[in-house]
Amino acid sequence: MSATVTAIHVLPSAKVSDRLRKKPSRHMKERVIEFLLFGAAMISVFTTAAIVYILVKESWIFFETVPLTDFLFDTQWTPLFDDAHYGIMVLLSGTITSSAVALAVAIPLGTVIAIYLSEFAPFSVREIAKPFLELLGGVPTIVYGYFALVFLTPLLQKIYPDLPGFNLLSAGLVMGIMIIPYVASLSEDAMRAVPMSLREGSYAMGATRLQTALRVVMPAATSGIASAYILGISRAVGETMILAVAAGMQPNLTFNPAEPGATITSFIVQVALGDLPHGSIGYQTIFAAGLTLMLMTLSFNLLGYWLRKRFREIY
Amino acid sequence: MQPQDLQAIRALIARAKRWDAFFGVLGILALMVGVLTFLALFVDMAIQGMGRIDADFFTHFPSRRAGEAGILSAWVGTVLVMVVTAAAAVPLGIAAGVYLEEYAPKNWMTDIIEINITNLAGVPSIVYGLLALGLFVYEFGFGQSILSAGLTLALLILPVVIVATREAIRAIPQMIREGSYACGATTWQTVSDHILPYSSAGILTGVIIGMARAIGETAPIITIGALTFIAFLPPLPYTGEPPAGMFDWLFAPFTVMPIQMFNWTSRPEAAFQVNAAAAGFVLVLMTLAMNGTAIWLRYRLRKNIKW
Repeated sequence: MSATVTAIHVLPSAKVSDRLRKKPSRHMKERVIEFLLFGAAMISVFTTAAIVYILVKESWIFFETVPLTDFLFDTQWTPLFDDAHYGIMVLLSGTITSSAVALAVAIPLGTVIAIYLSEFAPFSVREIAKPFLELLGGVPTIVYGYFALVFLTPLLQKIYPDLPGFNLLSAGLVMGIMIIPYVASLSEDAMRAVPMSLREGSYAMGATRLQTALRVVMPAATSGIASAYILGISRAVGETMILAVAAGMQPNLTFNPAEPGATITSFIVQVALGDLPHGSIGYQTIFAAGLTLMLMTLSFNLLGYWLRKRFREIY
Repeated sequence: MQPQDLQAIRALIARAKRWDAFFGVLGILALMVGVLTFLALFVDMAIQGMGRIDADFFTHFPSRRAGEAGILSAWVGTVLVMVVTAAAAVPLGIAAGVYLEEYAPKNWMTDIIEINITNLAGVPSIVYGLLALGLFVYEFGFGQSILSAGLTLALLILPVVIVATREAIRAIPQMIREGSYACGATTWQTVSDHILPYSSAGILTGVIIGMARAIGETAPIITIGALTFIAFLPPLPYTGEPPAGMFDWLFAPFTVMPIQMFNWTSRPEAAFQVNAAAAGFVLVLMTLAMNGTAIWLRYRLRKNIKW
């Protein structure tokens, strides 16, 4: 720096000294811009803080009225009735059942697609399939909900005539299809990151593509595949509109997918659609339900983060 | 080697090859499940809803009579909400991406920001709805308005824009920056004259994907309390008493496409289901067109840019 300064001093040109005069203001402008950009980046931190603040604040008021033990162990969920019960278990059962159905679809299919695209598919197929999966993931969830209610449920009713019009099964199946792109594309990325030399070693031993995929590539990509599954679980637990449309919104303590049921998310939608006064206990319940949901997805995200750190293979 | 050993080995190889071929077919079938579902969804909605899609459908308000109902208030609401979302998410997302790639020092503060962005991308959209209900609607007093909805969706797609910006910036080789600094440019001059122009196509891709996601989001907007039946348009911008009246539209009640579709879907009458199909068809076409544009842009980009 000092070298340039002395060099410029030697030059008699007026232009250069003009430029040098601008320097303090130029420096100021740089600092201001950096500060503004930093502020924009901090929005993410403020968002997280605001989510925690709002959920905890409103839930606090809720738990002042409703004891935590009731919330966790009551087997009824009737917050809007005169005889109010607040057993989150009822909503959890709907969330768990529908997520289980969705994952039973998304994890096997997503994994098979990932292995196929990463190890089997010719270049041209992959070039078409990847954007297509992306388009599939971009379809609005309300459209999937409509599809589950109007197309899939009548189809399932032809096989099981006893199936009610609203059920967790059809919502869960469509939710599974919706999650396939997330699971497939993240698992595929993980498998593609496995170095070619491992595959070549396996092929040199006379292994087929399937043997290589299952015994060499998948174990090497475990951490990436596991975090893809966890993202899938997180999506299933947080999915709202498919369940609100196709699963009915009656709270129902059941693990039978062939029944209607409400989930944490669809309950929030149901309350938001009505007109509960701000500050009433019914209004508070959606924040308590939201806090439960947030804690669930947060623990899944942390588990995924830990898995990635713990089991990452470094080449 | 004994002949029976050879036979055993050949049988083993044949079996392994059969499994291999079988899996090749299984992979295509699994892909087909996705393709067929998508086709069933698209074709079913097209057949059901096609009859309703005409000029009147776009220029009529929702109505109690299914045959006369249209999506005027819904698509106008969607456009206005998207304007707010883009106005908030695009500058903030790009600024945050630029900061993290070009300015951020390696310290705990930067780590916290990065972990937060990753975590926010995994938060269910309905939680953003609860945040907006507590924060924008009641604490800030924006009410159940276009402004609240637009800001909610902006927060929702912010991680998408940030991640896309960072990836686009990271693809620019270091020598471009070094060349610029060697000419005496400041960091901001390097960013505004080189980094941003060269990464603009990549950023645009991310912005389009984010906006496509925002258009289809229903849950957070229902949570902040958007009405499902709106038979009027928000006041036109710049018609109110200036200066306060210019932004009346920001505080107007509204509805958006997915909510209109949800409203029709949840009605028992078959005629409204047809409307839902038509609205869904329009919605899917919109998101497909946006995602398709983004994918095409990215494809072009990968093909054309050779540093």
